[in-house]
Amino acid sequence: MTVESKASDSSVVIRASQVWKSYDEGTISVLNGVDLEAYKGEAIALCGPSGCGKSTLLHLIGGLDEPTRGTITVNGKTLGRNRDMVQFMRHEVGFVFQLHNLVPDLTMEENCLLPAVAAGTPRGAALDRLKELAVRTGLGHRLKHRIQKLSGGERQRTAICRALMNRPGILLADEPTGSLDEKTSGAVFDLLLDLAHTEHVTLLMATHDRALAAACDRVLEMHDGRIRTDR
Amino acid sequence: MIFLRLILVNLLRHKIRTLISIAGIAFSVAAMLTVVTVLEGAVGMFSNILSSGSELIVFERNVSDLFFSDVSPAARDQIAAWPMVSHADPVLFGVVSSADHPIITCFGVTAEDARIRNASWVSGDAGQFGKGGNSVVLGERAAEFLETSTGKDVPIGHGTFHVMGVIRTRNGFEDGGVFMPLEAAQKFFHKEGSSVITIKLRNKEDAAAFKAEVHARFPNLIALEDAEFSRSYSQFKILKATAWAVGGAGLALGGLGVANTMIMSVFTRIREIAILRVNGFAKGQIAATIFGESAIVAVTGALCGLALGGAALYALKEVPALHGYVDVTIHPALMLVVVLLALLTGLAGALYPAAYAMRIKPVEALRFE
Repeated sequence: MTVESKASDSSVVIRASQVWKSYDEGTISVLNGVDLEAYKGEAIALCGPSGCGKSTLLHLIGGLDEPTRGTITVNGKTLGRNRDMVQFMRHEVGFVFQLHNLVPDLTMEENCLLPAVAAGTPRGAALDRLKELAVRTGLGHRLKHRIQKLSGGERQRTAICRALMNRPGILLADEPTGSLDEKTSGAVFDLLLDLAHTEHVTLLMATHDRALAAACDRVLEMHDGRIRTDR
Repeated sequence: MIFLRLILVNLLRHKIRTLISIAGIAFSVAAMLTVVTVLEGAVGMFSNILSSGSELIVFERNVSDLFFSDVSPAARDQIAAWPMVSHADPVLFGVVSSADHPIITCFGVTAEDARIRNASWVSGDAGQFGKGGNSVVLGERAAEFLETSTGKDVPIGHGTFHVMGVIRTRNGFEDGGVFMPLEAAQKFFHKEGSSVITIKLRNKEDAAAFKAEVHARFPNLIALEDAEFSRSYSQFKILKATAWAVGGAGLALGGLGVANTMIMSVFTRIREIAILRVNGFAKGQIAATIFGESAIVAVTGALCGLALGGAALYALKEVPALHGYVDVTIHPALMLVVVLLALLTGLAGALYPAAYAMRIKPVEALRFE
C-alpha cells in the first residue's frame, strides 16, 4: 500500500511539527526542525548515519523525552505535561530496542506480561493475549524458559511480543535487528512487519539496513537532525 | 504475582547482601526483644514484690526511689485502723552486703507479711519469724550463693545473723534476698518507720476513697494502686525508656543496613527500572517494588529476630547467676510492636532508594547500552 493511498483513507496517527531537540543548554543540537506525519497501519523506516537523530526522534514520539521546541501529536493529542504519559506508554505505544532489554531473571512469559501487569490487565486476558502472540512469533514452547536460555533471535521476538501485549497503536523499533546475524535479522524483521500489518499498528523503525528499509511502506532519510527525503 | 516475582528476583539476585540485611534486622530485633523483655520482667518482678497480697501501696510523696521513702509507724498504725483496711503491712527496703556479695536486697517485714505467710518454706518454721533476735530468713538462691543453710550464722554488714529458715519463691529479687524482722531491719538501717505500707482493702471498690483519705490526712504520703505505681514510678519509667532506647538504637542500625542494601539494589538495576518504566510502570509502582523488597527483608529479619531473641532469653534463664531474675514471658503485644517497628524501620530505609528510583529517566538510563 502506498503512502498516498493511506493518506487518502487513514487518519494521521503521529504528527511532528518543527521538532527541535538539543542538549547541554543548546550546545549539542540533535534534531533541527523535524516535520513528520505517519498514518494508521503504515510501516516507516528511519534511515541515516549514526548520530543523525533517529533514536532521539523515536524517544520523543514514544514520550520518553520532551522536545526542546515544537510539538508532537499522537492520535490527535499533543504529548507533554498535560497528557497522562503513563497511560500513553501503557496503551498507545510499544518499544523494541536494539538490545532486547528484557529482565534477565524472569521467564519469557513473565517478561511479556510486564506491560499487562503495569496496566492492571486481568491475568486471564493477559495470558490469552500472550498465547496468541507467542504462537505468532513461534515462541509457544518457550513461555516458561528464562531469558538466559533463549537465543538472540528468540529474545528479540520476546521483546516484540512484550511491545505488542497491550495492543498499542504505535510500535517504535530502534535498530531492532542491529544485534542479530543476517539470517535471524531477516526473520525478525519479517515477523515485525507481518505483526505490524495484521495488528494494524503504525511501525516506525530506525535502521541502518537499507534492504530491510526498502520493504517498509515509506523510508525517511535523516541527516543532521532533519528529514531530508521521504519516499 | 509477577509483581511479587520482580521483588523476589531482586532479593535472590544478591543472596549474600540480602542475608546480611536480614541478619542486621534479626540481630537488632533480637537485641530489642531481649533487653525489653528482661527489663520489663525485672520491673514486673519488683512490682510483684510490692503487690504481694495487696492492692495499694503507700509511700512518701516525691521520693526518687523507694529506698529513700520513710513512712512513720504512727501513720501505719492510723491507716491500719481505718475500717476499709484489711491489712496494712510495713515493708522496709534496704541493700545489705555479705562477703563477695556487695548488693543483696533486704526486706524488713513483719510476721504477718504475705511474703512470710505464703512462702514455700524449704526449711525452718514460719511461726518462729521475728522471735529469735538477730535472725533472718533467706531466699533459696541467697542461701545458695551465701553458702549457708538453716541453723547456721551468716555475716551481713558488720553483724552476724542466725539463719532461721530458707524460703522458695519464683520472684528473683525475693529468692536472692534476705528477710529480716521489721524491728531488726529498722535498727540495721537506722530508720524508725518503713519504706512503704502495702494495703489490702476489705472491699476493692474503696480504692479511690482510700487514696483520697491518705491525701487528706497525710499530705506527705501518696497512695497508688499497684498498676498505677508500676506506670508512674520514675525508676521503672527510666528502666523502660532505657530498654526501648537501646533496642531502638539497635533497630536504627538494622534500618541503615536495609537502606544500604536498597540503595545498592537500585544502583545496580537502573537500566532494569528504566525498562519497567518504558513498559508502562508508573513511578508509584517502581517505588512499590523497592518498598516491597524492603518490607520482605524487614519482616523476615523481624521473624528471625523473634526466634533468636526467644532463644537468647531461654539461654539467659538457664544462667545460674540470673536464676529467677529473667522472666522469659514474651508478650504477644511486644512481639507485634517489635515486628511493626522493624517494618517501619525497613520502609524508612527504603525511602531514599525509592525516591531515587522514581527519579530515574528511562531515556537517560537506556543510553547505557
